[in-house]
Amino acid sequence: MTDAALAPAAGRSKGRGVALIAVGLVLLAVAPFVVYPIFVMKLLCFALFAAAFNLLLGYAGLLSFGHAAFFGGAAYFTAHAVKEWGLTPELGVLVGVAGASALGLAVGFLAIRRQGIYFAMITLALAQMFFFFCLQAKFTHGEDGIQGVPRGHLFGVIDLNQPLAMYGFVAVVFLAGMVAIHRITESPFGMILKSIRENERRATSLGISVGSYKLAAFVMSAALAGLAGATKALVFQFATLTDVGWQMSGEVILMTLLGGIGTMIGPVVGAAIVTALENYLATSDFPPTIVIGVAFMLCVLAFRRGVVGELLATRWGKRLAGRGED
Amino acid sequence: MTMVFGVPLQALLGQLLVGLINGSFYALLSLGLAIIFGLLRIINFAHGAQYMLGAFVAYLLLAYAGIGYWGALILAPLIVGLAGAAIERLALSRLYDLDPLYGLLFTFGLALAIEGSFRYVYGSAGQPYAVPQALTGARNLGFMVLPNYRGWVVVASLAICVATWLAIEKTKFGAYLRAATENPTLVRAFGVNVPLLLTFTYGLGAALAGLAGVMAAPIYQVSPLMGSNIIIVVFAVVVVGGMGSILGAVVTGYMLGLCEGLTKVFYPEASNIVIFVIMAIVLLIRPAGLFGRTA
Repeated sequence: MTDAALAPAAGRSKGRGVALIAVGLVLLAVAPFVVYPIFVMKLLCFALFAAAFNLLLGYAGLLSFGHAAFFGGAAYFTAHAVKEWGLTPELGVLVGVAGASALGLAVGFLAIRRQGIYFAMITLALAQMFFFFCLQAKFTHGEDGIQGVPRGHLFGVIDLNQPLAMYGFVAVVFLAGMVAIHRITESPFGMILKSIRENERRATSLGISVGSYKLAAFVMSAALAGLAGATKALVFQFATLTDVGWQMSGEVILMTLLGGIGTMIGPVVGAAIVTALENYLATSDFPPTIVIGVAFMLCVLAFRRGVVGELLATRWGKRLAGRGED
Repeated sequence: MTMVFGVPLQALLGQLLVGLINGSFYALLSLGLAIIFGLLRIINFAHGAQYMLGAFVAYLLLAYAGIGYWGALILAPLIVGLAGAAIERLALSRLYDLDPLYGLLFTFGLALAIEGSFRYVYGSAGQPYAVPQALTGARNLGFMVLPNYRGWVVVASLAICVATWLAIEKTKFGAYLRAATENPTLVRAFGVNVPLLLTFTYGLGAALAGLAGVMAAPIYQVSPLMGSNIIIVVFAVVVVGGMGSILGAVVTGYMLGLCEGLTKVFYPEASNIVIFVIMAIVLLIRPAGLFGRTA
């Protein structure tokens, strides 16, 4: 097919893409008036967390089993900065993101020395080490966590104790994070990540410094996971050990797997499903761990493309995407 | 009282014994992980859950069937091993053609489901399991007092590790296993039933975890969470040792157990994380692991 023949199709799919984004924005604007706002904010935080995780798994092909360290770690840093140092929320979030990036740099530096399955085990072990650190360190208050974190005034002006102001803040953070992820994946940098995922040796032979690209992707993913965790700490006004535990690392993997690895909105859909399911199960006494475990097994056995991946694989989905999904 | 580096000798030896016991379990579990990984190329995240299952089967056998420790030592690994073989047949065997990460994810889900179910039924609190009659009491070794059961665990786990190593290195079955690890297609062409071998190997690995669980039951309490606490440490052990050699996995297990014990004496705050710190240092100096071949 020539370029000229391709052009209209590409234009149509671009139009559809804009329409999809518009629908998403309208949903985002209407949601707090239809659903309990705290729930939507929780969902957005987890959606951003999963999208950040997917940046690493879906585009660089690296399975991190320790992303809770960045999510929960940033929550601790932000909570401490806002509560003990009296910083404004946006500075507090920045502290959290900086902390998560530093942590990501340290963990990534060690983990990229091994590949595949070892990479997963190393990130898991290092995150567990961070968990024990949080359990014993003074500033995290051990089992109690940091409670009563003030939401404060954004830029010293906007009172985030107003539910709608808080929601707006979370929505803007979420959108900014998603745009950043989209930009990263569509950039030449993102293309190189994909080439490393597809064939690491060939990428090396082409003169790409595979290690530094992997590390950069790891730090970016950690920073964005940190952004999600820092925001969550402000929404719920606490930071606890739950967010740094290995179960949380597993949960974000499930969200991504369930929604569709390597797709832009897959992790968002996955996060929505898992968060809604947990909310529902919280009212019964049935333990969510069992459901999550079974969902994991089913996804791996029969549903590896995830909800969005399966949709895109249908004829309707292919038309919507306007091209073969990679 | 004799002092070593400002620490009473008794306390030092006591913690070293605890380290040796923990090391025995690390060794047994990383042995099973290494066997499974060697042939199936799957990291068995459910290994901790299978260890917990072994302890629980022993507990349930005693509570409902009146079968004591010695019976459980044979029956529990058998039950856990059979359950493992069933899982391999039904699910894992469908994942061999995919990225090995899917095996890790599947067994992770399996571990969550098993642990969640046991927590639902038995709660998070531990159940005590009595030391068998024949191994109660302690003996005085002159320099320290050794509880008989702990001595038994150290000796038995060493014996199991050596026996497994011999079985793999010296028997015909072991030769098949090693050959299938190197080149499954060729071994299949020689008329060996490789799928059956895979099922058997996963069952064997699970049975080893179950056996470790029975041995652990009288020392630690029988609790649904006992497996997830230990499996992450064992992963670090496996990263340090490298999964290339079975002997390497075993030696690293004992070694890191002893390091953990020593840390408890000299700097107790760090005893939880010392193994992870050692892992980080090994990664910096020798990324392939102490006994690993470079990939």
